[in-house]
Amino acid sequence: MSEKNSAKSNIEKMGHGLLKEIREGKNPSVDVPIRALSNIKFNPTTRMIEMGLNKAKRFFFNVAHVRSFVQTMEAAATARELIEMDKHLSLRQVFYRMKRTIPGTEMNIVDEQEESNKAIEDLELIVDSPREKLHINANKNGSVAGKVIIEDHGDTIDWSKLGSGGWSIPSNVEDIKFKKVNAKFIIYMEKAAEWESMHEHRVWEKQDCVIMASQGQATRGVRRLLQRLSLEFNLPVYILVDGDPWGMYIYSVLKYGSISLAHMSESLTIPNAKMLGMTADDVTKYNLKRHIIKFKDIDKSRLKQLKGYDWFKSKEWQTELGKWEKLGGKVELAALTANGISFMAEKYLPDKIKNKDWLD
Amino acid sequence: MDGFKTAEQMAAEQREISVAEFFEKNRHLLGFDNPSKSVLTVVKEAIDNSLDACEEAGILPEITIKIRQLETDDRFKISVQDNGPGMPAKQIPMAFGKLLYGSKFYKMRQSRGQQGIGISAALLYSQLTTGKPATIRSRTDAKHKIVEFQLRMNTAKNEPTVVKEGEYEGSFPDTGVYVEMELEGKYRKGRQSVDEFIKQTAVANPVAKIVYYAPDGEKVTYSRATDKLPKKAKSILPHPHGVELGVFERMSKNTKSRTVTAFLSNDFSRVSSQSAREFCKLSKVSPDTDPKKLEPHDIEKLWRTIQAAKIMKPPLDCLSPIGEDVLEKAIKKDLNAEFVAAITRPPEVYRGNPFGIEVCIGYGGGLPLNEAGEMIRIANRVPLLYEPSSCAIMKAMKTIDWGHYKLQHENKLPFGPIVVLVHLYSTWIPYTSESKEAVDAYPEILKEIRLALQDCLRKIGKYLAGQRRRQMESKRQSLFEKYIPEFAYTMEKLTGEKKEKIETDLKKLLHKEGLKVEEDVGKEQRKE
Repeated sequence: MSEKNSAKSNIEKMGHGLLKEIREGKNPSVDVPIRALSNIKFNPTTRMIEMGLNKAKRFFFNVAHVRSFVQTMEAAATARELIEMDKHLSLRQVFYRMKRTIPGTEMNIVDEQEESNKAIEDLELIVDSPREKLHINANKNGSVAGKVIIEDHGDTIDWSKLGSGGWSIPSNVEDIKFKKVNAKFIIYMEKAAEWESMHEHRVWEKQDCVIMASQGQATRGVRRLLQRLSLEFNLPVYILVDGDPWGMYIYSVLKYGSISLAHMSESLTIPNAKMLGMTADDVTKYNLKRHIIKFKDIDKSRLKQLKGYDWFKSKEWQTELGKWEKLGGKVELAALTANGISFMAEKYLPDKIKNKDWLD
Repeated sequence: MDGFKTAEQMAAEQREISVAEFFEKNRHLLGFDNPSKSVLTVVKEAIDNSLDACEEAGILPEITIKIRQLETDDRFKISVQDNGPGMPAKQIPMAFGKLLYGSKFYKMRQSRGQQGIGISAALLYSQLTTGKPATIRSRTDAKHKIVEFQLRMNTAKNEPTVVKEGEYEGSFPDTGVYVEMELEGKYRKGRQSVDEFIKQTAVANPVAKIVYYAPDGEKVTYSRATDKLPKKAKSILPHPHGVELGVFERMSKNTKSRTVTAFLSNDFSRVSSQSAREFCKLSKVSPDTDPKKLEPHDIEKLWRTIQAAKIMKPPLDCLSPIGEDVLEKAIKKDLNAEFVAAITRPPEVYRGNPFGIEVCIGYGGGLPLNEAGEMIRIANRVPLLYEPSSCAIMKAMKTIDWGHYKLQHENKLPFGPIVVLVHLYSTWIPYTSESKEAVDAYPEILKEIRLALQDCLRKIGKYLAGQRRRQMESKRQSLFEKYIPEFAYTMEKLTGEKKEKIETDLKKLLHKEGLKVEEDVGKEQRKE
């Protein structure tokens, strides 16, 4: 049985389970694994954030549950239809498909995309299938360049011959075949701006590497592509993020997984990713102290939160976070430009890799 | 011209002030301070007379009030017809055409009469603003003819002038009085309007049937909430602790008693001749002195001795409350409240005066949702519409923690579909001023109002808690009713089962007792 069919049959199984409860005069319910810090664990052996076993029962006849319950059912019906028709929709499109006014009321099934997104995430957990298998595409947002040739739905694509934009990473990378990979490592950047500048400097050509970027938190497609390249071709992944708690968290999500997608850590995490920069030591070493932007209260409390996460408990990271607390502000990657237009591509990056100047 | 006057000139300017001048200077004390209040005052004086007369004669009152706006915008014709005992023809000119006629002195009794200055002031106001005479009709026996007077007041002499006297041939109740006047005024809606006054009068006098034709053509009928006439309030002698020095002195001059002992024991309640002699001894006044011949300093000494002495409370059975049942019925009927609760507190005493408090609270039903609650202040069955902020009733209300009883509130007063009526009944209502719009805040009175409000609010609180539960339940039901078709529709898509069948099954489940719902578990859902 193919995976697609297992997603469909799991959805149907859920439906029949509910039907049985209704017939037996029970309050229809589904079990949803809890996606919260209280129900995830950092497994030091696998070095992954893993989902715990706690499940919440969600009932139809419950004032607090009914709305999200019906949203989840609506998401299930949509996914089943998509699988059957072998078509895909984006999260945004599914939102519009679910957004309907209940006849005779002023209530919508969903009002915000956030609600339909959560319904889909719940459905993934209930039927134990990632959204790609539910034919719902994650947002597509990412670029890649390098001496790599792939095959995607019958087309052969050379990542080194795609002009200034590079290859745009789709939301689902499961079916991509790597034909030729000529790289020694991968650099992942938090921001598209840095990627464009690296691409312009043809860093991937000069350093024999792949450069990849998303915007902000990496999308699932980007994470999966990074993981596949790294695992299938044994390539180290170097991560460049802004020097602030949010950047450090992006790094940790890539490496260990996230709280809300803890159930998918296995197919998304990159345990051998290294944090190349911006480190607290870089600030001194590269004379960036004058570019410190003072932390706001929210930054400070996020930094404190990070310190408490199990996957930041290593001595190395506690020291690093402590140093940032002392610096009292953030430093963006873009600040490196203060040392020269090509400073990042031609000096900072090669030096750091050569000296193994990173955090693990 | 030096601008100074001689003593002769000044004396020449001094003359007797006419009644009309007195009225003009004191109209605010008499309830005629502005045009809209004047309309109200005329109606109020006429209704007071009618209700008093009916009660006195043991007749169930039926009163018809008509207010018509005349062509001139600020002119109104007001008429009030009652079915009271009527008034003998010879008494009519004096009763309507002379100020301060037949006012009640030293008679301590719970009565409306203490209100206002009387119908003759209304007549005077009408005459001063329009120059027209008032029309009075009366019949004292069904077999008699109806007499009709057109009356004016001689303002220089404070004497009535009969413009015309005759018979009236139109329809008329078996007995009763009809009063008609034209006056300058203004008709306004709202909390201090004549409409509101009539409504509150109907509530405070549930034994009366009142029909009201408003200037805008609307006809409102307030039916009776009871057929039982209120218990007659008894007259009592003034209690010595409720009498001020000036009044005490005047009483000593007007008494029929020949000795101080007799004066004290005959003209006051709760003073025995033994204690009267005791007071004389303590004040060093001979008990056999003629009270009319007492020296001012002796009078004061005597009065001070009495004020300091312990004297038994006045008799309390002289009062006549409206009654809890009747109040509840009236508020339910006239204000369209869904739930009502009333409390009549047993009488208490302030400064020697017996008084009692009644509170009735109505909630929900047709009461307006998004407005401040309605506060009805009643003193001896007469509504008080003006000067709320200086009134003891409002002051007491503002000390109540409305939130504690699960009521919405704003500026320390309840908000939303609620009406709070407070009735103060007493042989002597302590008004803050001559205009008689607000009650003085004696601590005893404040305390009783608070206690009555709290008693009543406890009942309302219980009702509201129950109502909230019922509302929650029905809200809950309707929520699921909305979601059931949606759920059934997706279930059909997921399982192929007919959605109609699923809907029926779900609806059965909705009404199933003891369905495991675990509502409390809901809190942690979808929290990240």
